[in-house]
Amino acid sequence: MVPLSYYLILSGILFACGVTGFLIKRNLITIFMSIELMLNGVNLSFVAFAAQWHALSGQIFVFFVMVVAAAEAAVGLAIIIAVYRTRETLNVDQINLLKL
Amino acid sequence: MNVGIFILVSVIKIALVFFILLTAVAYTVWLERKVVGHMQNRWGPTRVGPFGLLQPAADGVKFLFKEDLTPPHVHKTLYIAAPMIAVAFALTSIAVIPFGNWVVLGDIYTPLQITDVNIGLLIILGLTSLGVYGIALSGWSSNNKYSLLGGLRASAQMISYEIALGLSLVGVLILSGSFSLREIVDAQAGHFWGFIPKWNIFYGGQFVAFFIYLMAAYAETNRIPFDLPEAETELVAGYHTEYSAMKFAMFFMAEYANMITVGCLATILFLGGWHGPIFGPYILQTILPVFWFVAKVFVFMFIYIWVRGTLPRFRYDQLMAFGWKFLLPLAIANLVITAFIVALKS
Amino acid sequence: MHLILFLIFGAVCVAGAVNLLLQHHPIDSALSLVVVMGALAAEYLLLGAEFVAAVQVIVYAGAIMVLFVFVIMLLNAGEEARSGGSRVAWIFGVPGMLIGSILMAWILLKHSGTSRVEIGALPGSPQDIGWLLFHDYLLPFEVTSILVLIAIMGAVVLAGHAQSQTRAIEKKEG
Repeated sequence: MVPLSYYLILSGILFACGVTGFLIKRNLITIFMSIELMLNGVNLSFVAFAAQWHALSGQIFVFFVMVVAAAEAAVGLAIIIAVYRTRETLNVDQINLLKL
Repeated sequence: MNVGIFILVSVIKIALVFFILLTAVAYTVWLERKVVGHMQNRWGPTRVGPFGLLQPAADGVKFLFKEDLTPPHVHKTLYIAAPMIAVAFALTSIAVIPFGNWVVLGDIYTPLQITDVNIGLLIILGLTSLGVYGIALSGWSSNNKYSLLGGLRASAQMISYEIALGLSLVGVLILSGSFSLREIVDAQAGHFWGFIPKWNIFYGGQFVAFFIYLMAAYAETNRIPFDLPEAETELVAGYHTEYSAMKFAMFFMAEYANMITVGCLATILFLGGWHGPIFGPYILQTILPVFWFVAKVFVFMFIYIWVRGTLPRFRYDQLMAFGWKFLLPLAIANLVITAFIVALKS
Repeated sequence: MHLILFLIFGAVCVAGAVNLLLQHHPIDSALSLVVVMGALAAEYLLLGAEFVAAVQVIVYAGAIMVLFVFVIMLLNAGEEARSGGSRVAWIFGVPGMLIGSILMAWILLKHSGTSRVEIGALPGSPQDIGWLLFHDYLLPFEVTSILVLIAIMGAVVLAGHAQSQTRAIEKKEG
């Protein structure tokens, strides 16, 4: 028997690591991966609450979050490829002007 | 059956299945060399042992004693980890494959399967998806443009054909109503019209799905006609250019273990698993299902090797167009038609 | 038993997440993220959501992360450049976040009460999930399918755009 708060703390730690990665990392792809880490943390709390309330809708939400994450990853990586082609760099400090 | 006996029986099953799988991998290589040799009007291995049957042993000894060099310019951790990842995921999928019925040995009542999970099919799909990492990382870590290109092409090909593979299986799922492999086989018991067995490929009408599965499996395991990623004449050796001795042997093992897993899965899903004529005393009744299973997997392997000896290689853009523009719509059409027919029947 | 397994997989999750932050090359961060997703799939199994665990491995770890690894290998941008780093972040940020998270964990643990989760608590089989998905949640399901279609079109246009643009420029000049 594991208290629900343990799952929430784990989910919170994952989310916090995701936010930290988003703020301190300089590579565009690593920032994007931190977003995926945040989404995973949220998925864990969805499933934990679904287990506590014995409701299946939590799992359904997890599917929708995964589908949205997949769509976002596809489009985001396409944007990153397009940015790399024009700017020749993936460092966000150097991709800060609207025009080259 | 208490916990101790359960653990003992499981360990025995795991050791037995693992040993049989590794022997089967070695002798699939022998079978391929013999069959392709005979198709090309030559003998294949004949010198080592009768009919060349000890050739896999000789190859194993060769791989063990070859110099296992690590080039200086590779990314060390990933270079060593990539073949291990490939072979680990290839060998793990055998854990959920059922070989036969339940057996009763005195007090012990156990299925001829390492574990019967109620999402067995999804586990195999997941392990296939994770197997892509072994190839992608080997291409990357070799720090070599041929390997990188080969690795990228192989991973793109594998993830494209995974979709057609997964969709071709959904028709079977609709017919069986369960992800558990044992229940899928149990749904194919019996005969119709007297003697034709109720396999999914006949009675379930999944012959189109079977051919989609076949072609997607050829692409997933990087075999001819879809083996551009490891083509010798195009990319030196593709993603395993920089690998020698034991690590190369691990990639080799992973490829053949994937072939065997795919063959077992095709037998379970489309060809009725272990169902076949059963007769005789109890000991024969437990061995015969396993014999039919192995016979069907053998037929599937033979078709695999037969296609390898016959067809030329697809070009990469032809390969991707085939997967996305032909197999995927066909698989979706098969799914829609199967769902429609099942809904009309019930 | 449940607690031990939860702690093992939880430790692997946190180690993978922290490793993502500490690595310099994006490919190492991507692989740590795959490890996190695998450990999370094990956590879902502990909660009894086996279908979600399988889908997590197949979709998230086996497709989305392969896409990430693919793009990192394709672009081959190399190691991450060291940023200037701000002293404010080190003095206030990191200790602040540590204090904040310890505070929140303490509050959560104090007020957890008796809400416990048993191992394998979730009752649903994949059939039940499918039933819910196609009856109660049919509209979001169809909307997400359109979303995926838009994402596919967007990705094809965006990633293929630069090539056709350069070709158009070359045609004008030559």
